[in-house]
Amino acid sequence: MSLIVTNLTVDYGAIRAVNNVSFEVLSGQLTTIIGANGAGKTTLLRTLSGLKESENGVATWNGDAILGKKPEDLARSGIMHVSDGKSVIAELTVKENLALTGLWRKDKKDVANATTEVVDLFPILGERMTQSAGSLSGGERQMLAIGRALVARPKLLLLDEPSLGLAPLIVEQIFKVISNLVKQMKITVVLVEQNAMGALKIANEGVVLNLGSVVAIDSAETLLNDPAVRAAYLGF
Amino acid sequence: MNQFITAVLTSLSTGAIYALMSIALVLVWRSTRVINFAQAGQAIFTTYIGYEVTIRSGSYWVGLISAILSGALLGAGIDRFFMRPIFKRVTSGPIVMIAPVVATLALLGIIQAIIGFIWGLNYQTIQAPVSTDGLKIFGSIIAFSPFNLMVLIAVTLSMILLTIVFQKTNIGLALRASAYAPEVSKLSGIRVDAVRTLGWALAGAAGGLAGMLYIPGSYLYPNAMDVLLVFGFIAAVIGGLDSLFGAVAGAMILGFAVNFSATYISYKLVFPTAFVILILVLLIKPSGVFSGKKGRKD
Repeated sequence: MSLIVTNLTVDYGAIRAVNNVSFEVLSGQLTTIIGANGAGKTTLLRTLSGLKESENGVATWNGDAILGKKPEDLARSGIMHVSDGKSVIAELTVKENLALTGLWRKDKKDVANATTEVVDLFPILGERMTQSAGSLSGGERQMLAIGRALVARPKLLLLDEPSLGLAPLIVEQIFKVISNLVKQMKITVVLVEQNAMGALKIANEGVVLNLGSVVAIDSAETLLNDPAVRAAYLGF
Repeated sequence: MNQFITAVLTSLSTGAIYALMSIALVLVWRSTRVINFAQAGQAIFTTYIGYEVTIRSGSYWVGLISAILSGALLGAGIDRFFMRPIFKRVTSGPIVMIAPVVATLALLGIIQAIIGFIWGLNYQTIQAPVSTDGLKIFGSIIAFSPFNLMVLIAVTLSMILLTIVFQKTNIGLALRASAYAPEVSKLSGIRVDAVRTLGWALAGAAGGLAGMLYIPGSYLYPNAMDVLLVFGFIAAVIGGLDSLFGAVAGAMILGFAVNFSATYISYKLVFPTAFVILILVLLIKPSGVFSGKKGRKD
């Protein structure tokens, strides 16, 4: 089980946002994609989850081609994309947000179990079940967005900047949860982050993007100690 | 006193019809971000079907059900085979904003022309299932009939049904989620395209019901629902376009304003009142009188 991306090229309007990108994410591992704003990280993720069309290249998950499939079909096959910002539906309650990924699942008993597990993981959501998601703080929204994905029992989780706009303490908490998803639930995770330091610390592998192209792929540890990467993306 | 009671009752029953058209427009707007001008055509076309079935079966009720069902079918068909291809093909340039709306206008003309070919342009009548003669209150007859009462009950029941569907069922949750956040809904595994078609079907059904409740008190001709489209649209704008509750409340406000100005000042004020309200809402609170707060931004 692995995600293999080969020579992927994606345009964003007139701009080549992702240029001939190749990388592989092994099953049960956490790979982070880091790079500055505009490096093409989000476009890459949106292409993998079916929101964006690609110009060229191949991407497979467990050997099945995923490019060109509809996002709702990919979601149902276990590839869950938690998009950037606070991708909760503000007008719905916390409970309704969590229910969305269970609507189409046949095994209603497991949906109930998964929801209970999510509430155990993020107790604050349990306290806010009947509140509108719009009333949550940024950190709580991120927990809800991740929790909603978990209700679908995903095999591959694509996370787009979960730390964006959150206080350092909350970021630490979120990163810890993500790390546990991989270690305990054996979910494969692709984590797109601008917070390169935090992401590399919990990742197995790192992919560094610059202006749409891969400039470095290595183990997270190696990247953390690479002087060039440190200077460009970690700020010291 | 009788004049006042009559005005209140008439306001309620006309408001109820506006509410159906307003809800039909809001259902489509929420899911598709299009003001569906074809709604007037869809509603009258399915009312003609109801008329035909009523004559052939001899039963208004069979006609009513046919109108509602064919309305749902026509609405779903228009989205699936007309709107969806347009959205797929028109993806860039200024035409993106205009094409879908213009398409619904074209559709309105086409549907009305088709009606002309099938049924002709003459005025027809649909026999109401209950009396359309005014009720007797305190010894004098008022301009509110048993049929008006039936309209009020039918619309109230359909509102309750719609509320239950939207608030208490999985389908309703999918409808709301897809309307508020189509992308997040897709990423959550919801088939947003199919849900949108369902929204069009519900809107079409509401239009068919509106026609079968309105026409027996008026006449059946290809443009008969056009004026209701306008009133339904104004009601939807008063309610903020996005809210089903707002659509109903807006329709009631409009029903009362129009009927009271007609009763107490002049019947010539029906249209001016409606349009003055529209302008006032757009000037003072363009997001609609009932638009809710959006939640915290942090």
